Amino acid sequence: MDHGSLALQYLLSGITKGSIYAVVAIGFNLIFNATGVLNFAQGEFVMLGGMLAVTLTHFVSLPVAVTGAVLAVTLVGCALELLFFRPLRRHSVLLMIVITIGLSIVIQEAALHLWDEKVRSLPYFTGNEVSSVKMLGAAISPQVLWVLGTVALAVVGLHVFLKFTLQGRAMRACSSNPEAAMLAGINTANMRTLSFGLSAGLGALAGCVISPITMTHYEMGAPLAIKGFAAAILGGLGNPMGAVVGGLLVGVLEAVAVSRLPAGYNDVAAFAVLLLVLFVRPHGLFGSLAAEQAREC
Amino acid sequence: MATLRHLLGGAATTGGQAQFLGRPWGAAALRVLAFVAVMAAVQLAFCAAGKAYCLTQLTMAIYYAVAVIGVALVMGCAGQVSLGHGAFFAVGGYTSALLTTCDLSAFQQAAWAAWLQSCRVLVVRPDLYGGQVMSVSPWAAFVAAMLLTLVVACVIGYPSLRLRGHYLAMATLGFGLIVHKIILGSALLGAADGITGVPAWRLGAGLALTGKAPDRVANYYLACGLVLLLLVVLGNLVRSRVGRALQAIHDRELAAAVMGVNTAVYKLKAFVFSALLAAMAGVFLTHYSGGIGPSEAGVLKSVRYVALAAAGGMANFWGVAAVSIVINYFSLRGWFGSYDQAVFGALLILIISLTPEGPLQPLGAWLRSLASRWFAKREAAHGPA
Amino acid sequence: MALLELDNVRRSFGGLVAVDGVSFSVRPGQIKAIIGPNGAGKTTLFNLISGVLKPDSGRIWFKSGRIGGRRPYQIANAGLSRTFQTPSLFLRMSVLQNVMVGRHRLSAWEFAGCGLRLPAQSREERAIRQAALSRLEFVGLARLADVPAGALAFGQRRLVELARALATEPELLLLDEPASGLNSKEREDLAALISRTREQGVTILLIEHDMSLVMDISEDILVLDHGLAIAEGPPTVVQNDPKVIAVYLGTG
Repeated sequence: MDHGSLALQYLLSGITKGSIYAVVAIGFNLIFNATGVLNFAQGEFVMLGGMLAVTLTHFVSLPVAVTGAVLAVTLVGCALELLFFRPLRRHSVLLMIVITIGLSIVIQEAALHLWDEKVRSLPYFTGNEVSSVKMLGAAISPQVLWVLGTVALAVVGLHVFLKFTLQGRAMRACSSNPEAAMLAGINTANMRTLSFGLSAGLGALAGCVISPITMTHYEMGAPLAIKGFAAAILGGLGNPMGAVVGGLLVGVLEAVAVSRLPAGYNDVAAFAVLLLVLFVRPHGLFGSLAAEQAREC
Repeated sequence: MATLRHLLGGAATTGGQAQFLGRPWGAAALRVLAFVAVMAAVQLAFCAAGKAYCLTQLTMAIYYAVAVIGVALVMGCAGQVSLGHGAFFAVGGYTSALLTTCDLSAFQQAAWAAWLQSCRVLVVRPDLYGGQVMSVSPWAAFVAAMLLTLVVACVIGYPSLRLRGHYLAMATLGFGLIVHKIILGSALLGAADGITGVPAWRLGAGLALTGKAPDRVANYYLACGLVLLLLVVLGNLVRSRVGRALQAIHDRELAAAVMGVNTAVYKLKAFVFSALLAAMAGVFLTHYSGGIGPSEAGVLKSVRYVALAAAGGMANFWGVAAVSIVINYFSLRGWFGSYDQAVFGALLILIISLTPEGPLQPLGAWLRSLASRWFAKREAAHGPA
Repeated sequence: MALLELDNVRRSFGGLVAVDGVSFSVRPGQIKAIIGPNGAGKTTLFNLISGVLKPDSGRIWFKSGRIGGRRPYQIANAGLSRTFQTPSLFLRMSVLQNVMVGRHRLSAWEFAGCGLRLPAQSREERAIRQAALSRLEFVGLARLADVPAGALAFGQRRLVELARALATEPELLLLDEPASGLNSKEREDLAALISRTREQGVTILLIEHDMSLVMDISEDILVLDHGLAIAEGPPTVVQNDPKVIAVYLGTG
C-alpha cells in the first residue's frame, strides 16, 4: 500500500473515531448548557448502548435491538437526572462533579457484574468485516459509512430540534437564562431531564454504531468521556457545532499519534490535547462566553 | 461521654476547651490522646489474637490515609476536585523505587561517585543475589521524589487553578491518565509489572521502614506517628491565617480576593502541599511494600481518594483519617470481594447525597439528629463528665 | 493631592457601554457619594476601582500609584477596601473569623510558620483576634462573635462586612449601597457609624440611593447616568442642578 492511501486510511479511521468523540462532546455540551454540570458518566452511556444492543440481538433483530437499547439508555439518563440532580438544593458544582464521578464508577462496575469483562460487539449493520466499498481511492468498510451517516444525521437532527421545535427552543432558553425561562413558563427542571435523556440517547446510538469497529467492553466509557471532553473543550464548551469540529480534530490527531508513536501511547495524544487546550486556550476554538466563565478575574 | 461527643463533633473552630477528668484540655490535645489510645489498643488486640499479620494491611491503610488527607485539603479547603492524586502518589513512589533499586555499580570508581558516597547520597547495599550494588540512598531518593513532585505539581497546578471549578478536575484527570500510560509504556519503570526489590529505609535509632514481619509493630507505630504529626500540623494550619484564607477562598473567592488574599497563590500552594502529601505516602508505602505497581497511578485509585475524602467530611481531617483507614483496611483485607471498586463509587454517591446540599438531605438530617439525640441521652444518663 | 483619581475610565460589556469616560477624584478625609438611577454604572465603577474588572481604557490612580487593571488582592494591599451590594460574608465561618480574614494583609505567616505554630505566629494570632474583636465592637456586634455568619439577619451581615472591611485598615473604603434593606433606625446608626469611621482617618466613597443619607453625611457628590458623569459638587449644588433633576424626575 502506498503512503498516500495509508495516510488516507489513518485519516478515515481518525474521522470515524472522531465522530464518536463528537457525539460524546455534544452530549457533554447538552448537559453542561442545561445544568452547568460536567457529566463524567457521559462515556458510560455509549458503553451501555452497545452492551444492551448486543444482549438484545439475541432476542430480536438488529434494528429493533438498537432502537431498544437507545430508548432504554435514554430512560436511564432521565432516571439519573431525576434521582440525583433534581433534588439537589443548592447547585454546587463540586457536589455534582463528585456525584457524576461516582455514577461513572458504579455504572461501570454494574456493567461488569451484569455482563462480564469479555469484549463483545454488534454484527456489522451491512456486510461483514471484510466487505468494503471503494471510495476516493481507499477501501472503506460499510460500517464506517454507517457511523458517519448516523452521526451526521444525529447532529443535523439535533440542530433542527434546537432551532425549530418548541422544546428545542425552550432548552436553549434554559441554558442562556434559566430565570427568564422559568418566568416565561418553561419547566426548567423538565428541560434538564430532557437534556440528560437526549445526551444518553445520542451516546447510546453512537455506542451501537461504533460497536462492530471498536468493540464494546465494560471499561470503554472512561477514556471515551475524556476524549469527548477534550473535543468539547477544543470546540469551545457549550458550543454544539464546535463539538463536532473538536471531535473530528481529536480523532484525526489520535490517528496521527497511532501512526507515529509506539503502541500504548495512542491515548496520550488525546489527553495531551486536553491539557494543552485547558492551559493555553480554555475557551477552545470557538467559545467566547465560556472564556469569561472559565477564567477568573 | 461528653468528650467523645466533642471529639466526634468535628474540628473545633476556636480551639475550645473540653473537660476531662475535671481538668481543662485543648480539644486538639484530647484528639491526639484518643487517637494514640485507639491505635495502641488495636495493635495490642491484633497481637494478642495472634493476628499480627493484619497490622500489615492496617499500616498500608494508614499510609494511604496520608494521601487522602491531601485530597481532603484540596477539596475541603480550596473547594477543588483533584482526580490526579494517584499520579502524584506514583511520582513519589516510582522515583524513590527507581533510585533505590538502580544499579550504579558501573560508576563506582568515578570520583563523583566516591564524593556522593561520602555524602550518604549513594550507598552500597546487598542485592538479592548476595552481591554488592551501588544505588541512591533512601533519604536522597525521598528528597528527589519530593522535589520532582513539587515541580510537576506547580506545572500542572498553575494553569489549572486559574480556571474555574470543574476544569481542574478534568486537567488532573488528564494528567493522571498520561502518567499512568507513561508508566505502563516504559520498560525502565517496569511497565505493567512495576518495580520490586525496593530496599528497607533505615531511619536511624534501629528503626527501619520495611514490611518484614519482625519490624511490623514498630512500622505500625511509625505510620501512626506520621499521620498524627500530619493531623497536628493541619490542625494548626486550619486555625491560622492560612486556614482562614483557604476557607474564605472556598466560601466566596471574590470576597477573599478583595480582602487582600492572593487567591491564585493560595490555591496553588494548597494543591502543591496536597501533591507532596500524596507523594510522601507513595514513598513510604513503596519502602514498606518493597515495591510499586502502575495501578497506583490509575484513575480508580485517584477516585478512591476523592471518595474517602468526601466520606470523611472533607474539611474535618480527623474524620477523613478515621474513615479512610477503616475503609481502606477492609478493602485491602478483601472484604469487598469483586465489588471493591463499586463500593467506592457507591460511597461517593451516598455521602454526597446525604450532605445538607445533597439529594438525600432529609435522610442525612434525620441520621444526624438521631446521632445527636443518642449523645444527649448518654449525657443525661451519666451526667456531665 | 487626590487619594483616588479616575481619568476617562471606560468599560463596556459586549455592545453595552457601562462606564463611558468617567473622571473624578476623591480627596483624603472626604466622604463622597456616587448617586444615579439604576443601571447608571455605579457598581461597575466600584468593580473597576477594586480590581474585579479591568477598564477597557482610561487610568485609575490610588495614592499616586496606577491600579487600573491590577488584581483585587494587590489593590486591597495598597489600602483600598470595599463592601458589596449584597453582603458577601463567608457563611461557613463565624462572624469573628470573617472579620479576622480582614487582617490578612497585615500579617505574613505562611504555611510553614502556621503549620508549626511557632510562638511568634501564636502571638500574632492572638493580636489578630483582638483587632478583629475591636472592629466588631466598633460596629456594635461583639456579642455575635462566635455565631456562624450564615445565621445573621441582613442588617447584621451588612455591619459585619463593614467590620471586616475596616479590619484591613484601609485608607479608602468603598461602600456599595450600605443603607439598602435597612430600616430608618438602622440608617441613622449607619450614618453615625460612617461619620465615626471617617473620624478614624478613613476616606469614604459610597454608592447610595437614600437621598437623605447622602445629603446628610457626604461633602461631595458625583452623579452618574448611563455611564456618564453628569454632575459633581457639594450636595446643595448638585441638588439644584437642572441636569440632575431631569435625570431623576424626567424632562418636560
